[in-house]
Amino acid sequence: MPQLVRVSFRVNGEPVELSVKPNELLLNTLRRLGYTSVKYACGIGECGNCTVLVNGEPVLACLTLTVDVNGAEVVTVEGLSKHGLTEVQKAMIEEGAIQCGYCTPTFVIMAEYLLREKERPTVDDVREYLKGVLCRCTGYINVIKAVLKAAERLSRKAGSS
Amino acid sequence: MVEQGIPPVNVTARNTRIIPFDFDYYEPKTLREALELLDKYGESAKILAGGTDLLVKMKVRLVEPRVVINVKKIPGLRYVVEDGDYVRIGALTTLRDLEKSDLVKERLPALYDAVKVMGSVQIRNMATIGGNLCNASPAADTAPPLLVHNARVVLASIYGERVVPLEEFFVGPGRTVMKPNEMLVEILAEKASRGSSSFKKVSRVALDLAIASAAAYVEVEGGIIREARIALGSVAPKPIRARKTEELVKGLPVGSEELRKALYALEEEVSPITDVRSTAEYRRYIVKVLAWGAIESAYERVAKRAPAS
Repeated sequence: MPQLVRVSFRVNGEPVELSVKPNELLLNTLRRLGYTSVKYACGIGECGNCTVLVNGEPVLACLTLTVDVNGAEVVTVEGLSKHGLTEVQKAMIEEGAIQCGYCTPTFVIMAEYLLREKERPTVDDVREYLKGVLCRCTGYINVIKAVLKAAERLSRKAGSS
Repeated sequence: MVEQGIPPVNVTARNTRIIPFDFDYYEPKTLREALELLDKYGESAKILAGGTDLLVKMKVRLVEPRVVINVKKIPGLRYVVEDGDYVRIGALTTLRDLEKSDLVKERLPALYDAVKVMGSVQIRNMATIGGNLCNASPAADTAPPLLVHNARVVLASIYGERVVPLEEFFVGPGRTVMKPNEMLVEILAEKASRGSSSFKKVSRVALDLAIASAAAYVEVEGGIIREARIALGSVAPKPIRARKTEELVKGLPVGSEELRKALYALEEEVSPITDVRSTAEYRRYIVKVLAWGAIESAYERVAKRAPAS
């Protein structure tokens, strides 16, 4: 009988308590809990579509054991947009940066992470941070435009207040 | 039927949504505790750090440990510090930590080049340098830079520690000299002082593993290479130092035709294979170009630091 491990962590601020088998992946736990923005695609860490923030850092949920996030703060795109669309999301809609939408949650997460680390990112910064997200509709150009637009708006907002 | 003797398959041919077997899980809080677990479970255990290599292998059943020991919660194994002529790097230091370290950028420039081009931000955020070395891929990008910085690794077990030159650490693809009860805890790399280093690789797209890679460390006086160390990745069963070519290169002017010719000796030192990423023929050809590039850019760094005399 496999050992069951008691874990407690927070997802988007909500406390979660579960008993899981050690081989359960964070990706599957999150989807089971209803956070379906976290996507399975390649399962081997190449496509980035399962990216979530764990204690503020981007992590691939398909290569993370659920037992490993015990006590951690997990954030998915549902948590980022709790109080309405973020600037990144608004800009992505305006720039037509969404085609089928499968990879969109991860682009939003990585863009938010980038803007937390760099207030005025260059095009190269954006490409670097988004390089780990694969979009099979190949809609990268508009995504990059959107992130730069959101960055500009955010810095203008910060400047005017 | 017991699943036995199933040959390794293309990763994507398996279900990578789950880890298809159970294991016991431990989260030691001290190094001592981890080493005791390793001593107890030996070969049936695997150390989990970043998980970016191990969990992929577990998903496709390339490895099937009965016990997984997560060492990430052990404090004090994540650091980059200067110590005399060396830089000491804790095994749990992530690639992203290295990328953000000024010490690495200034004192181990080739390693800085390597981590900058390894995987995505997410992967670099998870993957540890200890894991990259212990996974012992011939394509491990941290290996050639550390080899040219004469790195040594500290292996610990409950019976004590031993220090092994990195060059002797790798045995073959996925194989090292580590015993089942040992854990890599620290890396010691010689600082670039008189010279400088650089790392170059070719891969098909941004996130790919290297088709081939080369790192070089050079000390140059008046345009003449005085000291040269060259290490290569993805062109042999393990990351290697090109010792014979190093000797041929010493005494030659940087950027010269003689140097270009001398690098042909690399063809004799490598033993590349043909696989999904490239052909042996191309690897044998391109590794010379990469070594040339690494020497050039290492030299540029030396020149920038000490303006031409």
